[in-house]
Amino acid sequence: MTRLGSLGARLYRGEVSYDFIGNRRTWYVVSAVLLLVSVSSLLLLRLTLGIEFRGGAEFRVQGSDVSVDTVRNVVDDTVKTEIVVQQVGQNAVRAQTEALKSAEVEDIRLALAERFGLERADVSTQFIGPSWGRDISIKALRALLFFLLGVVVFLSLYFEWKMALAAMVALLHDLVITAGLYSLIGFEVTPATVIGFLTILGYSLYDTVVVFDKVRENTQGLTGGSRTTYSGAVNLAVNQTLVRSINTSIIALLPIAAILFAGVVLLGAGPLKDLALALFIGVAVGAYSSIFIAPAVLAQLKEREPAMQALARRVSSRKAGTATTPAGRRGSVDAEASDSAASDEEVLAPAGVSPTRPPQGRPAPSTGRSQQQRSQQRKSGSRNRSGGRKKR
Amino acid sequence: MAATPPSRPGRTLTILAVLSALVFAAIWFAAPDRVGDNRLSAAQKYQPRLGLDLEGGTSVILTPRVPKGEEGSVTREALDQAVSIIRNRVDSFGVAESETTTAGKNIVISIPGKQDDSILATVQQTAELRFRPVLLSAAGVPTPTASPTPAPSPSGSGTASPSPSPPGVSTPSSSPSTSTQNRVLPKGLRAAASASPSPSASTPPSGDATPAPSATPPAPNTAPGDPALSAALQQRFAELDCTDPEAVRQALRQEPGADDPGNPLATCDEDGAEKLLLGPAEVLGTDVDTATASLQTNSQGTATGGWVVQLDFTSDGKKKFGNITRRLFAETGDRNRFAIVLDGLVVSAPTTNAVITNGQAEISGDFTQADATELANVLKYGALPLTFDPGEVQEISATLGGDQLSAGLAAGLIGLLLVVIYSLLYYRGLGLVTIASLVVAATITYGMVVLLGWQLGFRLSLAGIAGLIVAIGITADSFVVYFERIRDEVRDGRPLRVAVETGWHRARRTILAADFVSFLAAVVLYLLSVGGVRGFAFTLGLTTLIDVAVVFLFTKPLVSLLARTKFFGQGHRFSGLAADRLGTPRRTLTSRTPRRRDVATAPKEA
Repeated sequence: MTRLGSLGARLYRGEVSYDFIGNRRTWYVVSAVLLLVSVSSLLLLRLTLGIEFRGGAEFRVQGSDVSVDTVRNVVDDTVKTEIVVQQVGQNAVRAQTEALKSAEVEDIRLALAERFGLERADVSTQFIGPSWGRDISIKALRALLFFLLGVVVFLSLYFEWKMALAAMVALLHDLVITAGLYSLIGFEVTPATVIGFLTILGYSLYDTVVVFDKVRENTQGLTGGSRTTYSGAVNLAVNQTLVRSINTSIIALLPIAAILFAGVVLLGAGPLKDLALALFIGVAVGAYSSIFIAPAVLAQLKEREPAMQALARRVSSRKAGTATTPAGRRGSVDAEASDSAASDEEVLAPAGVSPTRPPQGRPAPSTGRSQQQRSQQRKSGSRNRSGGRKKR
Repeated sequence: MAATPPSRPGRTLTILAVLSALVFAAIWFAAPDRVGDNRLSAAQKYQPRLGLDLEGGTSVILTPRVPKGEEGSVTREALDQAVSIIRNRVDSFGVAESETTTAGKNIVISIPGKQDDSILATVQQTAELRFRPVLLSAAGVPTPTASPTPAPSPSGSGTASPSPSPPGVSTPSSSPSTSTQNRVLPKGLRAAASASPSPSASTPPSGDATPAPSATPPAPNTAPGDPALSAALQQRFAELDCTDPEAVRQALRQEPGADDPGNPLATCDEDGAEKLLLGPAEVLGTDVDTATASLQTNSQGTATGGWVVQLDFTSDGKKKFGNITRRLFAETGDRNRFAIVLDGLVVSAPTTNAVITNGQAEISGDFTQADATELANVLKYGALPLTFDPGEVQEISATLGGDQLSAGLAAGLIGLLLVVIYSLLYYRGLGLVTIASLVVAATITYGMVVLLGWQLGFRLSLAGIAGLIVAIGITADSFVVYFERIRDEVRDGRPLRVAVETGWHRARRTILAADFVSFLAAVVLYLLSVGGVRGFAFTLGLTTLIDVAVVFLFTKPLVSLLARTKFFGQGHRFSGLAADRLGTPRRTLTSRTPRRRDVATAPKEA
């Protein structure tokens, strides 16, 4: 724990860092595989919808010695089905099952009548419609659409539209994978599951917003300098918020795991396991995407901007300059000359944040920059220098 | 950086304590003394109300009534539409996550908890709303006529029958309508218009422009396609007995086409005090955009203490309503009135005092606040496509055993306990702040859930409870964001007491932005969806607001206070802010003034 404790400090200063952006292809592949598995599972296995969505059969038994537990046992012994049993009024019990074949309905009906010594006619059966009807789902989807529109507008105003887009990509990624893994595990979809999915929706965005807020802070006034590329700044932000992301995810996952355990192992049925499973997958995937996917997508989008490309050229030329010339010397001529040498790889794996890179020299003395940019530069510069010192 | 006024943690904490105390005090007053026949003990008042799955509730089966000759009208679509409308109506009574579903050709409504019958009666109301021009009105008893046919209803004779015929009598007592001054007129009109000679009451209309006595039915105004007021209808109106309005309503329903919007209608008002002959409907319930209950105001704008239902029309309805009022405004007497007809009976029949073009109308009557709210809720979601016969109201038991609830609660508590252990291990002393914050968040959440249970009928299903526990866990993220910020600031060379403030300024923005997204989700989902999703949205919104409140009013001031203590301020080994763990010189951490950290001259890094 102490190691993890000081890890935060080293991550913050960039002494320890993982090149999330540079290694993005690896993680894109991981996500692609997950998505492929999810989509095929959704297509082949499909989500099994519960009684609440599909409706089913209802049995009503009237009699003085009819009890909920006995009815449940009788139905359980006769046909394998999901079942909801409840007492109705003083001496009647109703059992709702999945939609059954008429032979199965007949079996249950006879079994119930026999068990309680009743006539077949005393056990009434009928088809029940879904309590979570189509209209609820349609309205929920419409609401969702409006919400996503609202989020895109908010994130575009608060951040910028590219961040909104990246957040949406991550969100979609999370939802598809969660639904896919859920169907793969084969739990039935109940209203509790839907509640779980909706929670993830909020959680995934929340997580991404926290990371992007740091990205925005790190990239303010970035184009005025030549110290790090946009990707580099994003990478630093992800590393700096890594401890937060891990801590938050663990803290969120602990109660979910406990409920999942209770739902699956202790109870074996009921809404707890559905909700907890959806949440568990979703929170884990959400944390993953906010670290590995959303920032990478954002960096990719931003690196297409001419200003960011120019910045990348400046950074790589300066790096080339410091590599070929004695430490501390840099020249703008060198920078121009090495433009062509700036390969894509170097742009995406920026200096100063990766431990594998040699420590860089002092940042350029700034001229004609705003006070804010200068202080930003100084701050991150000192961080990197201290990192460099330590490594040596 | 710290441009804001100096933080006053003590005061903020006091504010939170007062707010929390208010929530718990409010519960005492919000909770009713008894539910059904059971007196609530103090402990019960402070228990959250549970949902259908955990507590059971009340269920009623509605059977669609099939009108004669219209057996095919009970279609799947009509049933589904009815379910959807009823669901909306049930939802409008609170966030109780009720269930409405079809069972065979019936509709089953299940509402958690013991319900009085009024809610069940309201949600199954057909709520066919129509605006019809008044053609005639009379006291609500069969009108004796000289026609050879004997009066068909002997029943009315015992009570009100002697009174109606004196000509010119004014009966302004009819309560639903605000203006019944011109009641004299209809008498004459009625007499004149009736096809049979009526010797008893023939006060001529006092010099009015209204139709002269003639056998031809008055061509009322210019109502489009106004059918002739047939002798049969006149007869019907004359014979109408309003001593039991509900019976009249039932009779209208039984008769195919009797209450068709295109036909004139002879009916009673809801009190049975007045009967009216009405023209074809000109504005329908579908023209109503929304309906809200509001306090009635008189022409001076002061509240009269009564309640009305305010109607807002759609743009189409606005036009129609403008037309009808323009036409009626020019009329006098009964023909100046229009009737608001709900399910066949007249709720109110006001006179037209102005041409109303802003598309707003109100239904006035003897409404209590509850009546007005119920009616508004019913009207808002439109009329049911079918009429239903209510079946037996039954109590239903919980669908989930107590083991589910206890297992869920136990698991949730264990989970939160794990969170506590993790926080202590990682954040040490600051972990205590996390725990305290979680306890405060949980306490306020509990209080709000109980309070809203009594206030808004908010009920917790098992999934809702699990969701709350998880949400409280997620709340911890705000603290994590803040703590990490403080530590970042310290690493940047700020002394702790400064870092607590500057870190807060930055963390605050992040927390608010992230919580705003959650809150947006809650609001949109709550407004636009129904059923379980709405319940979820409510919970999400609630926990998000509590999260913000706890971070602002508890966590931050507490950290500010603690930063002044020796244990935290000096970066004790177990404080979670120890210099070595933050990788910063102890001198920086504890210095009283912010100073720039100059790495080049810093003697030692770690």
